[in-house]
Amino acid sequence: MMSLALDGASLAGRLNGVTAKMNPGAIHAICGPNGAGKSTMLGCCAGLYAPDAGVVRLGGTPIMALTAAERAQNLGFLPQGGEVAWDVSVETLVSLGRLPWRDAPALETRAAIDAAITAMDLDGLRHRSMSRLSGGERARALMARVLATRPCWLLADEPLANLDLAHTATLMRRFREQAEEGRGVVLVLHDLATAMNHADRVLVLDRGRVVADGPAAQALSEPVIAEVWGVRARWLGEPGARALAIL
Amino acid sequence: MNRPIALLLAALALAVPLSLLAGRVWIDPFDPQTRNATVILLQLRLPRAVLALVVGAGLGSAGAAMQGYLRNPLADPGLFGIAPGAALGAVLSFWTGYAASVYLLPVFALAGAAGAMALLALIAGRDASVALFTLAGLMIANLAGALMSLAISLSPTPFAMSEIVTWLMGAVADRSWREVAIAAPLTLLGIALLAATRRSLDALTLGEAAARSLGMEPARLRALLIAGIGLTVGASVAVAGIIGFVGLIVPHLMRPLTDHRPSSLILPSALAGALLLLIADVLCRVLPLAGGELRLGIALSLIGAPFFLHLLLKMRRGLV
Repeated sequence: MMSLALDGASLAGRLNGVTAKMNPGAIHAICGPNGAGKSTMLGCCAGLYAPDAGVVRLGGTPIMALTAAERAQNLGFLPQGGEVAWDVSVETLVSLGRLPWRDAPALETRAAIDAAITAMDLDGLRHRSMSRLSGGERARALMARVLATRPCWLLADEPLANLDLAHTATLMRRFREQAEEGRGVVLVLHDLATAMNHADRVLVLDRGRVVADGPAAQALSEPVIAEVWGVRARWLGEPGARALAIL
Repeated sequence: MNRPIALLLAALALAVPLSLLAGRVWIDPFDPQTRNATVILLQLRLPRAVLALVVGAGLGSAGAAMQGYLRNPLADPGLFGIAPGAALGAVLSFWTGYAASVYLLPVFALAGAAGAMALLALIAGRDASVALFTLAGLMIANLAGALMSLAISLSPTPFAMSEIVTWLMGAVADRSWREVAIAAPLTLLGIALLAATRRSLDALTLGEAAARSLGMEPARLRALLIAGIGLTVGASVAVAGIIGFVGLIVPHLMRPLTDHRPSSLILPSALAGALLLLIADVLCRVLPLAGGELRLGIALSLIGAPFFLHLLLKMRRGLV
């Protein structure tokens, strides 16, 4: 699996010279206040936007030098909101994840779809239409679509938005399994406690710059939160099960 | 081959021969004594039937591609301004009197469609979003509509005006093999281009950002769509005038029979569009109407408007 690295990436004032190297096998969280450039950074990693300056590399190759299909095969991207325009079944939705592999043998395609459906615990819902899923099931189905591509990197923009506690926990467990299988995971997270408890590494962005980068406990320390979010807060509880109290 | 396609092909195989028998003169296949039966069949009804099939297939597939692109079940190929552009071209041929020459009317209409396509491509540029692209189409449609009204209001003679208005109503009556020869190759090419957008349209199901992350190339998709819709819709307006609602209704009727992916809808919509137009044209032909026959464009709008309303009400109840 290949590393994903931003080298001085800037884009239209929303991202100002971001440098970060992310390695597979770990969960990375991008945190920051509204308008910090989190989604823009993720979009640059996914190849949706070409930086005005700087470069994004996948295993040493600038991703803009890859073909659209190569990018799509390696970088699985889950946008915010989870739009699904047509009322397709779960299985059909997941099969869309195979679009980047147009010449793959049918057997391999089938296996990838089945594996993604099983990984997200959707076997019983395979033929159900998307409009009849609950919020949590829907989030899992959208995730399965990304997994079906079998990408090296999973990039998800606020994948936990609108999910209740149990579904958040389930989905985070799935991300951990994917990281343990050797994939790189990058999540834009709003909830700092989730980042603190589940991410191996946290990048804190503020006004388009990386202001903290490291293990969660260090990057999301109380002084960093006070400086970036302008809020006095204190971490409570044990490592791995922390909660943030706003003072 | 999947089931809806097989069913539609079977229905077409049945409907085409039957449609040839119906009309002002009914032809009894078991009584070959009908006067001029061969001429009626080969020179009048067969080209008319083939033209209905071609126009219907073009409009049906254009509608399916359009709804897939805009991710909206209410989209119609007319939205891109290509049909009004083609109609403007045709109106100008009447206005200038060139319509008197049989080949020039379609040539003017195709030039109008091409003009609308070029303008659309120019405005949309390389990086336009779906919303900007649609607004550009609406603007072109409005502009073409206004120019058309201007041309009608300034018609040189009342005859020209009445010809324009009649032609705009849309019909495949009194057409010959000549129109088939113009429309069929362009429509087939257009459908082939629209079929090439299948994977991109499927990817768009997940929204623009996800589609791009799946390898959809927006500029290529836009180019294929403009050309595909331009050819199918332009050819149909060039030979049959404005025939609305087919592109809206047909993909709708077909969607529940498929797995709802835009790619599964293009071919069935082409076949169902062909079937719908063929049947509607036969009904226009056999309905007793004082002073001639019902115009196909009017008939389809009469069916289409209530259908559209039904759709809106259904959407309001959140069932679509």
